[in-house]
Amino acid sequence: MLKKLTTGVALALALATGPVLAAGSEDSHVTDYDFSFEGPFGSYDQMQLQRGLQVYTEICSACHGMKFVPIRSLSDEGGPGLPEDQVRAYAEFYEIYDEDIDDYRPRRPVDHFPESSLENAPDLSLMAKARAGFHGPYGLGINQFFKGMGGPEYIASLLTGYTGEDKEEAGAILYENTAYPGGWIAMAPPLYGEDVVYADGTEASMQQEAQDVAAFLMWAAEPKLGARKQAGFTGVLMLAVLAALLYLTNKRIWAPYKRKAKKAAPAE
Amino acid sequence: MAGIPHDHYEPKSGGERWLHKRLPVLGLAYDTIMIPTPKNLNWMWIWGIVLTFTLVLQIVTGIVLVMHYIPSVDQAFASVEHIMRDVNGGFMLRYMHANGASLFFVAVYLHIFRSLYYGSYKEPREVTWIIGILMYLLMMGTAFMGYVLPWGQMSFWGATVITGLFGAIPFVGESLQTWLLGGPAVGEYTLTRFFSLHYLMPMILVGLTAVHIWAFHTTGNNNPTGVEVRRTSKEDAQKDTLPFWPYFVIKDLFALALILAIFFAIVGFMPNYLGHPDNYIEANALATPAHIVPEWYFLPFYAILRAFTAEVWVVQIASFVTGGIVDAKFFGVLAMFGAILVMALAPWLDTSSVRSGRYRPMFKWWFALLVVDFFVLMWVGAMPAEEPYATISLIASAYWFAYFLVILPLLGLIEKPLPQPQTIEEDYASHYAPATGGTKTIVNPAE
Repeated sequence: MLKKLTTGVALALALATGPVLAAGSEDSHVTDYDFSFEGPFGSYDQMQLQRGLQVYTEICSACHGMKFVPIRSLSDEGGPGLPEDQVRAYAEFYEIYDEDIDDYRPRRPVDHFPESSLENAPDLSLMAKARAGFHGPYGLGINQFFKGMGGPEYIASLLTGYTGEDKEEAGAILYENTAYPGGWIAMAPPLYGEDVVYADGTEASMQQEAQDVAAFLMWAAEPKLGARKQAGFTGVLMLAVLAALLYLTNKRIWAPYKRKAKKAAPAE
Repeated sequence: MAGIPHDHYEPKSGGERWLHKRLPVLGLAYDTIMIPTPKNLNWMWIWGIVLTFTLVLQIVTGIVLVMHYIPSVDQAFASVEHIMRDVNGGFMLRYMHANGASLFFVAVYLHIFRSLYYGSYKEPREVTWIIGILMYLLMMGTAFMGYVLPWGQMSFWGATVITGLFGAIPFVGESLQTWLLGGPAVGEYTLTRFFSLHYLMPMILVGLTAVHIWAFHTTGNNNPTGVEVRRTSKEDAQKDTLPFWPYFVIKDLFALALILAIFFAIVGFMPNYLGHPDNYIEANALATPAHIVPEWYFLPFYAILRAFTAEVWVVQIASFVTGGIVDAKFFGVLAMFGAILVMALAPWLDTSSVRSGRYRPMFKWWFALLVVDFFVLMWVGAMPAEEPYATISLIASAYWFAYFLVILPLLGLIEKPLPQPQTIEEDYASHYAPATGGTKTIVNPAE
């Protein structure tokens, strides 16, 4: 009975919301990019992360910071995987105030990335998880279920979503952006294409740069994605085996008490 | 343990006799695990084990998380990131703990609706029911305070909104709110006391779990027929029951393994699906998020809280009658807690002598509507407070109260129940023939 009820409820909900779904409206445009790290078995593309790091370092980091990300994690497996000497050289590029010597010194790999240098520029450590590119429809969470939360998609769409229009409001210049909720963003267009010269020779189109840096920021926000999926997969597999064994055990111990009735049982 | 007659523990070896004379702990364990359990229990009777397991899971992951977490406004957010990035397996601990809360509430809602459908709350199980409601309230408090600890934007603003509810209480509200927060606004002392209570309350839950189990081990389990186990003799009782171990333990563990497989799939592949992206932004008292939305498991009651605005006539009457003491805000708070209170009173509001919804032809439909109502409330709770959601939430809230306050009392008077089986054995035999060489063959159940 209860099973019938639940099915009924699900069906009723589906019917009730069907027309609503069809009529769903979008207030900002976010493209559903195919990133390599999507899906249960997806993983980061090391070369893409290195390119994204390059875009971040040469462009984003002028204003934004990543204060929760330790520089040493650039050499982590499953991440950009830079050699340790390169990580050390990268760290030395930034200075940090050291209380012990009461002076500035070059950063070491154990130090974190610098904080945002511009007051209004949000920290990017967790940006890819702090924004949802996909919503609803109507609070039902169906889009997020199938497409993912859409943080990196939002970032890439935002970086490529400038229309070229701008306006002045309360002394600040706002730029029109199709991905930004509300349509007008304070950040000037950061990418135009050919902003960096990729070390691996990839053509630096605006789309390429935007997707690379979005992937890099996803890694920065969720560096343990690979290990997490691995753990999830192992967990599901072992529990499935355990469930199968318990199912057979259960069937066996109940067998003496559960001979199916030969005569048709009176319906509930 | 009182209750259904069954074989009790007999110490066998000398050592066991020695211990039994001094502390009958083995006897307690034996009687608990061998409790005669109605053999017709269906798959809705597995949630108790799932809940017990989840409580242990939350406590174990929580204890380890506490070893790395720093309850201070300057460092809480960073320490959670430290757990996610630097602590061995920390990301799994935290994702399991965060999603464990969702598993907890999925299980508790199914457990509660099971009780509501099969009449498990009715005499003689009222005490089990009331303790269960208390546990549910404690769970909500624990989950709410736990959500504040990562000190994200939604933590901070959720805490601000929810503690603001207490501020709506006339006369004492403001002082009460200050007392709860440890200051004029959500801050350092709010975080430290929530941290302390988030650790304490699960321990109380452990104690209440024991009392909850004790209570239903005294009355015996309810079952899908709602017909009681025969207690006239051990032989009669044995025809209706099987011992909990191994028959129900294995069955429940099978269900638990399946549910945990789904749980691990969520933790492994979509751990942030049930969370809110804003909570990955560090708390900022100067920037209010566009939509402050509680976690999904609070949404039905959050919808009831918001449903009663100043335009609703019930609110206007209440405000007029009390001379303005009960304003819309306070009315909403009363409604939210009232929604749980009427549920707690179900044993006395339900006038039907029949326990199980299986034999209640009219009740079935009203109950189905309550389930739909619950989902509708959950949905409107997540939507902005504007039309048409405001009207929908008002209707849905009204039905929630009507179900408990009007429909349950009336149905018992006007409904003609279907014939129930005389015994559990009879019901069971109508689904499954008795074992070969069984003592009795049920020829034809009456009716």
